[in-house]
Amino acid sequence: MVNEKKLIVSHAPFWHNGSSLFEKNCNIMIAALPAVLFGFTQYGIHAVGCVSICISTAIIWELLFNLISKQQISVGDCDAAVIGLLFSMLIPATTPWWAAVTGTFVAIIIGKQIYGGIGSNPFNPVLIGLAILMISWKDLFDFNEALLNYDLGFTMVYPLAALKHFGISSIESFSVGSFIAGKQIGAIGSTFGIGIIVGGIYLILRGIIRWEISVSFLAGIFITAFLFNLSDSAIYAGPLFHIFTGYTLIGAFFLATEDSSSPVNFLPMLIYGAGCGIMTVLIRNVGAYVDGVVFAILLMNLANPLIDKIRPRAMGKVN
Amino acid sequence: MKVLKTMIKKSFLGLSTPRLEYEKLLTNQPKPLEILPQKNAMFFLDYPFEKNITQYLKEGDPVKTGQKLSFKNGRYLISSVTGTVASIASHAGNFNHLYTAVSVAINQNENKDTQFSKLSDSPSIDTVKDYLLSVPGKLPESLFTDKAKSFDTIIVCAADSDLLITTNQYILKNNTHAVKNGIDILKEITSINNIIIIAPKFLQEEASATGAKVKCLDLTYPSALPHMIMKDVLNRIVPAQKTCEDMGVCFISAEAVASIGNAFENNQIPVTKLLNVVKKDKSNVLVSARIGTPIDTIFKSVDIKLNEKDRIIIGGPMKGCSVYSDNHPVLSDTDAIIIQDSASVSLVSDNPCTNCGECIRICPVNVPVNMLVRFLEAGLYVEACEQYDLFSCIECGLCSYVCISKIPILQYITLAKHELGRMERNESDAAEEING
Repeated sequence: MVNEKKLIVSHAPFWHNGSSLFEKNCNIMIAALPAVLFGFTQYGIHAVGCVSICISTAIIWELLFNLISKQQISVGDCDAAVIGLLFSMLIPATTPWWAAVTGTFVAIIIGKQIYGGIGSNPFNPVLIGLAILMISWKDLFDFNEALLNYDLGFTMVYPLAALKHFGISSIESFSVGSFIAGKQIGAIGSTFGIGIIVGGIYLILRGIIRWEISVSFLAGIFITAFLFNLSDSAIYAGPLFHIFTGYTLIGAFFLATEDSSSPVNFLPMLIYGAGCGIMTVLIRNVGAYVDGVVFAILLMNLANPLIDKIRPRAMGKVN
Repeated sequence: MKVLKTMIKKSFLGLSTPRLEYEKLLTNQPKPLEILPQKNAMFFLDYPFEKNITQYLKEGDPVKTGQKLSFKNGRYLISSVTGTVASIASHAGNFNHLYTAVSVAINQNENKDTQFSKLSDSPSIDTVKDYLLSVPGKLPESLFTDKAKSFDTIIVCAADSDLLITTNQYILKNNTHAVKNGIDILKEITSINNIIIIAPKFLQEEASATGAKVKCLDLTYPSALPHMIMKDVLNRIVPAQKTCEDMGVCFISAEAVASIGNAFENNQIPVTKLLNVVKKDKSNVLVSARIGTPIDTIFKSVDIKLNEKDRIIIGGPMKGCSVYSDNHPVLSDTDAIIIQDSASVSLVSDNPCTNCGECIRICPVNVPVNMLVRFLEAGLYVEACEQYDLFSCIECGLCSYVCISKIPILQYITLAKHELGRMERNESDAAEEING
């Protein structure tokens, strides 16, 4: 028995399809690239700085937490990098460094790590970080003020703010085509419609995000905005305006689809996505905030465990 | 010999759930490679070893090929070789399941035992029960005891239940006559008339020739697992915590049925097992070897070099079990031996579940795996059983196969079932003690 070779012994199954968290997160970052690169071309070095600070500090916060809590180092799965990247895509290019660092701190530590790290967060960490910043320093997210010094050759007014404060007549100069091509001001990575859609479709085709959530999110926005528009088109903007402005697209493809805080069963995914869409338009049209995506998704995150109880009956289940 | 075609990596486009296809027998499948017994053979009795487990057998006793080795409580083994008993010892398997291992040093002058041939003229339920339970393919004991009265259906499986395996398909295709004989004998001795043979579509003709009712399966895993056959073929759902046998359905492999047929036709107990050997380069060889042949003998015969940290799998890649040593013998139900090179061994990780939902989409029986695994990781087995359908799981392993966090989900599930079973036994033991 002494000379016997030592073998690897483990439980079945002995095959794996080869997927990994690292690969998945890399793919999310690849999908986000078109929108981020477009942001770089629009806002230049400020945007590059913002994105770099967010990604690096997100990784550093997670590493520090790993070290202090004596856990296994988990930054290798790139989840922190994705959180940092998505966070940076949601802030204006002129965000001061301390705000970015605070945001990633809240996102990583309070949004994710204190719940036990990847997979245990009840809310989308990116949105937790963003929501805390939005509440704490409201002016940072006044895109008109933040981007005052830029002139990119199109109407330098944040479309959702214009709609909120000056009514439907103020958005007549915008066209859906210009939104898709990225001719609107906003956060670094959320203005380039076609780029985000391409990224989102890539993620859907690769099976990395769940199409049910994205599609029902957009459908929820469309239908709700359409009904508002139908009821009074002198006050409420049309559905396409809502789909292509603010955080809607990035929310539908990158934020609402975060694994841990969204449902996995078919019907719950539809309810969750539609709920996000409906809440978004309600907040935009009726609520106090200019954009409703952040709080709409956070609210549906809260409802997720309950919604996800709607599931098909297991075979052979005995009551 | 052929190279494995089954895709085991996720495809680039991942929108649709992956389909794992069962191995299909080649149309020009060469005859199995015959592996002759060499130095020693080992047999496992499914009963814990104890001092006086056998009064009939001791070390140094000669045994003949096909001889029945009797143990306590009517248990027995069939020696597949001629030689002398080298040792009788304890062997621990998965979850510390205890066996009695009998090792036989082989004598090359083969001598066949004749005890069975005296009884084999008229097949009876007792003859099968007393001599044939451990034939190649393995017979379910319950079919030949009092419990058999509750059975109304026998399913003969010519569709192999795990991936990469073609043994039962081969038996049906090339041994149709023996399968037919076996089915006729089963019908006669058990008086169960509803015998259904399950086969892949391309073997429909052979299946019809056996005289049993034929049902065809598609070749997508896990369609050939008993619970799925119950659901798709018989339209009967097995309730959680019940078995197919509780539903009156007994599953037998085509190989075991053919063994019955052969035993009574040739007046000898069959001792040669057919199995697939999958090499490191994923080529698949069909071999026939005596039950009890150690794995290393088989590896030598098919040119497999075992290295440190390789993985040896007994059975298929989804439901098999890996072993610690290449001394492990071929058992009556060993349908395949797979060797994986240490470089291609897929390891598990301690990442937590990220709720990606892959397992939910692939689970054939709708178990809420994402929730279940959280409870199992925390050791909350009772809650897992009551709220998250632990016992609905048919242990196909697809959830672990697709898990992006590489969680050993199936291992958690089998461990939980094992622990709950142990708790139940302990409780009933305690209750018995109290009641005297």
